Amino acid sequence: MDIDNEIARTQEERRRKEEELASLTSLTFDRDLYGGTDRDAYVSSIPVNDEDEGNLDSMDSEVARKLASYTAPKSLLKEMPRGDEDDNSLGFRKPAKIIDREDEYRRRRLNQVISPDRHDAFAAGEKTPDPSVRTYADVMREQALAREREETLRAIAKKKKEEEEAAKVEKESGGAAAAAVSKRRNRWDQSQDDGSSAAKKAKTTSDWDLPDATPGIGRWDATPTPGRVSDATPSVGRRNRWDETPTPGRLADSDATPAGGVTPGATPAGVTWDATPKGLVTPTPKRQRSRWDETPATMGSATPMAGATPVVPLTPGVTPFGGTDLQTPTPGNFRGPMTPEQYNLLRWEKDIEERNRPLTDEELDAMFPQEGYKILEPPASYVPIRTPARKLLATPTPMGTPLYAIPEENRGQQFDVPKEAPGGLPFMKPEDYQYFGSLLNEENEEELSPEEQKERKIMKLLLKVKNGTPPQRKTALRQLTDKAREFGAGPLFNRILPLLMQPTLEDQERHLLVKVIDRVLYKLDELVRPYVHKILVVIEPLLIDEDYYARVEGREIISNLSKAAGLATMIAAMRPDIDNIDEYVRNTTARAFSVVASALGIPALLPFLKAVCQSKKSWQARHTGIKIVQQIAILIGCAVLPHLKSLVEIIEHGLNDENQKVRTITALSLAALAEAAAPYGIESFDSVLKPLWKGIRSHRGKVLAAFLKAIGFIIPLMDAIYASYYTKEVMFILIREFQSPDEEMKKIVLKVVKQCVSTEGVESDYIRNDILPEFFRNFWVRRMALDRRNYRQLVETTVEMANKVGVADIVGRIVEDLKDESEPYRRMVMETIEKVVANLGASDIDARLEELLIDGILYAFQEQTSDDANVMLNGFGAVVNSLGQRVKPYLPQICGTIKWRLNNKSAKVRQQAADLISRIAVVMKQCQEEQLMGHLGVVLYEYLGEEYPEVLGSILGALKAIVNVIGMTKMTPPIKDLLPRLTPILKNRHEKVQENCIDLVGRIADRGAEFVPAREWMRICFELLEMLKAHKKGIRRATVNTFGYIAKAIGPQDVLATLLNNLKVQERQNRVCTTVAIAIVAETCSPFTVLPALMNEYRVPELNVQNGVLKSLSFLFEYIGEMGKDYIYAVTPLLEDALMDRDLVHRQTAASAVKHMALGVAGLGCEDALVHLMNYVWPNIFETSPHVINAVMEAIEGMRVALGAAIVLNYCLQGLFHPARKVREVYWKIYNSLYIGSQDTLVAAYPILDDEQNNIYSRPELMMFV
Amino acid sequence: MQASDRFNINSQLEHLQAKYVGTGHADLNRFEWAVNIQRDSYASYIGHYPMLAFFAVAENESIGRERYNFMQKMLLPCGLPPEREDD
Repeated sequence: MDIDNEIARTQEERRRKEEELASLTSLTFDRDLYGGTDRDAYVSSIPVNDEDEGNLDSMDSEVARKLASYTAPKSLLKEMPRGDEDDNSLGFRKPAKIIDREDEYRRRRLNQVISPDRHDAFAAGEKTPDPSVRTYADVMREQALAREREETLRAIAKKKKEEEEAAKVEKESGGAAAAAVSKRRNRWDQSQDDGSSAAKKAKTTSDWDLPDATPGIGRWDATPTPGRVSDATPSVGRRNRWDETPTPGRLADSDATPAGGVTPGATPAGVTWDATPKGLVTPTPKRQRSRWDETPATMGSATPMAGATPVVPLTPGVTPFGGTDLQTPTPGNFRGPMTPEQYNLLRWEKDIEERNRPLTDEELDAMFPQEGYKILEPPASYVPIRTPARKLLATPTPMGTPLYAIPEENRGQQFDVPKEAPGGLPFMKPEDYQYFGSLLNEENEEELSPEEQKERKIMKLLLKVKNGTPPQRKTALRQLTDKAREFGAGPLFNRILPLLMQPTLEDQERHLLVKVIDRVLYKLDELVRPYVHKILVVIEPLLIDEDYYARVEGREIISNLSKAAGLATMIAAMRPDIDNIDEYVRNTTARAFSVVASALGIPALLPFLKAVCQSKKSWQARHTGIKIVQQIAILIGCAVLPHLKSLVEIIEHGLNDENQKVRTITALSLAALAEAAAPYGIESFDSVLKPLWKGIRSHRGKVLAAFLKAIGFIIPLMDAIYASYYTKEVMFILIREFQSPDEEMKKIVLKVVKQCVSTEGVESDYIRNDILPEFFRNFWVRRMALDRRNYRQLVETTVEMANKVGVADIVGRIVEDLKDESEPYRRMVMETIEKVVANLGASDIDARLEELLIDGILYAFQEQTSDDANVMLNGFGAVVNSLGQRVKPYLPQICGTIKWRLNNKSAKVRQQAADLISRIAVVMKQCQEEQLMGHLGVVLYEYLGEEYPEVLGSILGALKAIVNVIGMTKMTPPIKDLLPRLTPILKNRHEKVQENCIDLVGRIADRGAEFVPAREWMRICFELLEMLKAHKKGIRRATVNTFGYIAKAIGPQDVLATLLNNLKVQERQNRVCTTVAIAIVAETCSPFTVLPALMNEYRVPELNVQNGVLKSLSFLFEYIGEMGKDYIYAVTPLLEDALMDRDLVHRQTAASAVKHMALGVAGLGCEDALVHLMNYVWPNIFETSPHVINAVMEAIEGMRVALGAAIVLNYCLQGLFHPARKVREVYWKIYNSLYIGSQDTLVAAYPILDDEQNNIYSRPELMMFV
Repeated sequence: MQASDRFNINSQLEHLQAKYVGTGHADLNRFEWAVNIQRDSYASYIGHYPMLAFFAVAENESIGRERYNFMQKMLLPCGLPPEREDD
């Protein structure tokens, strides 16, 4: 039997090989991957935004909270072409799903369960709660269960590991044969087992890797009645099973959740592991087996509230769409509508399942040759799987076809066209079907029960809110609000909350649904109590959303919720979550609690917080309690001050807690409190000073960082003497930590140093001698310039030190680094020097340092290659300006550099050179280097042919700076040469060019118009008309002003003629600017030079021109103010005509002219003309066009000011009690604005009313006479 | 409400009247308007000290008494409201 021998040999060989590999039968870790380290060392929870323990810097977290996603640096983003942004603005952007931008941690919100309603102690009064309703005690018990389960899990993991290690030791000691038997594996075993065991392994490891994350937890949360719990957890039976199983491999298999990859979620992983503390029922092993058999159907039916369990067939954790079908209790229910994702997943799983099914004997026969193989007996220990639960997916599923199936053509299917929703309902997305699908059933509404009808109504309204058009949405929202109490809290929230857990939700949809909750909360008030926790589960994730507005919305809802439900209910709802095993839940709960505190007042919450922070039961409770205090401080800022002492007292013991995390969070909370309280409240921190300062000597790493942070925030609150003492105490630790390689620690150390140094009591000598050397040695290195946050922090800290020790010390230390070879580092040096010098001036800098400084700056300026030139320019400008006249010796060198660089091939270099001129022009003047400037002017003049608009703009800016400084007369090239060169440039459409050019031209027109012939100015006027079209307001304003200067220089006639002609153009903006320009010309050259021509122009029978004239008049009277009294009689006939014109716009513009006129001449004795105009304005009060009626009303307001309220009231009285309501409405409107404007004045002008039988209407006091 | 009303202070008449008690509306009747007028008048008399002094001289009362009287009169300046004719 050579075959047998061969088989035996092969088996032996394989067994030996297997031994070398990791054991698959028990819990093992890949040593290569995980090393030999303890798994406790792994991070078991991921903080949000580094904000938990990881991030100790609140300033940074502030930034991070605003934008938590990873993104390219802003500087890069800005330069990228913005093509797609236009698309966004056009509305082509697909609305973003929330889930797409969430990180792993935030997605954990989907693991939360919308828990069932809870008992409302207030509503129930003295009654014993209905056993079917969850009470506080139930919830707490379940939490305890979950915790215990978690601990057991850990213990088991630990034990397994120990066992394994023990086994290894044993094995090494020579039990090779025994091991061989237990390790035996054969073909059947493997082929059947492969998929599930691998999956199982993945499952279990992931489970234990993240003990906090407990995927199965949902079910436990949701099981409502104690009876159910005992039913499902045969605690002793489990232990039996452990014991009785022969081989660890088998055992692990039978034990390990039939879930695996094959039947995920059919039975939640946690079930078998659990240990009920009560030991209520001890089922026999037999009973237990039957339990396996029963899954999943029995399980479903055994769960009375299964609706609340997130156990959704096939996709646990992936899409735990909350209590999808809250009221449908069968977890195995495939008939319900599925989301597309689910559908795909299902299909995929089917496929894999089909491919990986065990091979039958026939198939094997077909595959292998007949000879050379022998069919072996299965080993005695092999037991085939007989439990149907594990074969769950072998049972028929909705998709009968395995593998690929050619889709059947369905002619009736309408692609793209959504199924027409009945009754004018909005369009439904595929994922909406599972929530709103029943709306599509064309049932006869009358046949439904009232409850069902109500449900249907709510669903319809919600669908309209979610997907409807704005008007639909508005009415639906209003109906939901109005009928909230009628619908009842239960049906409403049971519909709304699952929607919010929908994985495909978009921002806009969430916003709308949250709005619904907010509105409904107001109406329901105390009725929400049983639903508080449900709502919190959905709303709490908003508090850590990266979107600022989502966070604000979340806070608002929770604050309203706590006002509606009351403190007791809020605490009862949230207390169980405080020591939840899931870090995510604790984190969000802490934030929610801080919102509750700010809504209901801190004092109300203090006793509770105190109890939580002193919890003996679990460190998690203490941690969360202290975190609540931190969040309160962050949320309400300086409003903590009244409660500061009590808050500090509540958390102070945490500094000595046995748990490291608690110590860390305590220190962080103290830091947050101190930051919020600054600069007050040091006395409240007295009690924590000692532990803090002792702590920094004994701790290392994260805890030390947190303690240092707390100290950094407390020191600035202290008096000078204490601050100095404590700074010295902490400083040697800080100096030690200067060398820390940890980035987080670096940032904190820098921050603390900054805070210490800026405190009053710390002397400059101490800083100079004790801190500076180490500081510069450790921090002023190239690497610090590479990280943006380090960079900023280092610059800030150094500037703060400079404020204490002076410019020379700091600049002297880093000036050499201006010539460093790393550009980012040079830039950091430059920015620091700029800030220091701008703050403190350059008087400290001696001649030698000055030389070094200029040298270094020139070097750094010339060597820069990066795009962002601002730092270098600003630095150069700041240094040169603060040195003032001391720069004189270096100016020739600087100008030489500039001139050379103006001629550079690179456009950027030319631009920087030109920009530099505009920065240093003022200093050059101070140094009396006018000749040099003139020279630069000529050079710049020669470069006006520049073709890059950015560079041309800078060159014009430089010219402007020179002209401004040396004046028109001394300017070289002379103005008469310069200006004609500028005229063509005015045609340039580039914004920067336009702006700089018009500024320069305006400047010349203002100061040196006489150097240029009038004809040139007229030519410029024509160019300027074009510039009125500019997009930038600054350019248009500069243009209009320039018209004024030019008109002043060459007289208004020609300019006016140009402008009046321009009134005929079509473009509205152009005409508006022209009218403004006319008004400005009138103001600068006196109105009498302009008015005749202007009024003459009104005779042109053209609408635009006449309106332009009227508008000019309106602006004109606005600008000239009380000068208008001389012209009012002149323009009255024109306005008369305009106010009687058929054209609305005529009347509107004329009315606004009247308004400005009236306001200008108030009190100057022009009442006669004004009353006359008022008579023309008044008939327009019935206009309905918004602009017209506004103008008319404003004209009447103007009249109230100019003529007095009494006269306007007399106009008004005739219509206040007019028989026609339309008339009365308008008159009362006028009366109201009159009344609001001059209530007191009206007293004397009210009409005399006669008394009636019982009523006295007369005012006899006014008849009195002495 | 007219389109134009969206832009001015009358857009929210309710709000306006909550803010300025004395403002009116198209359905105001004679009595209500008169009450407003009377109250405004008394408030104005009290607010202007010379007026108060003038009335005090005319009525031969102390200024404080005048002020007190005016304030009392502001309570029901026109007496009880007349019966509504319809509704």
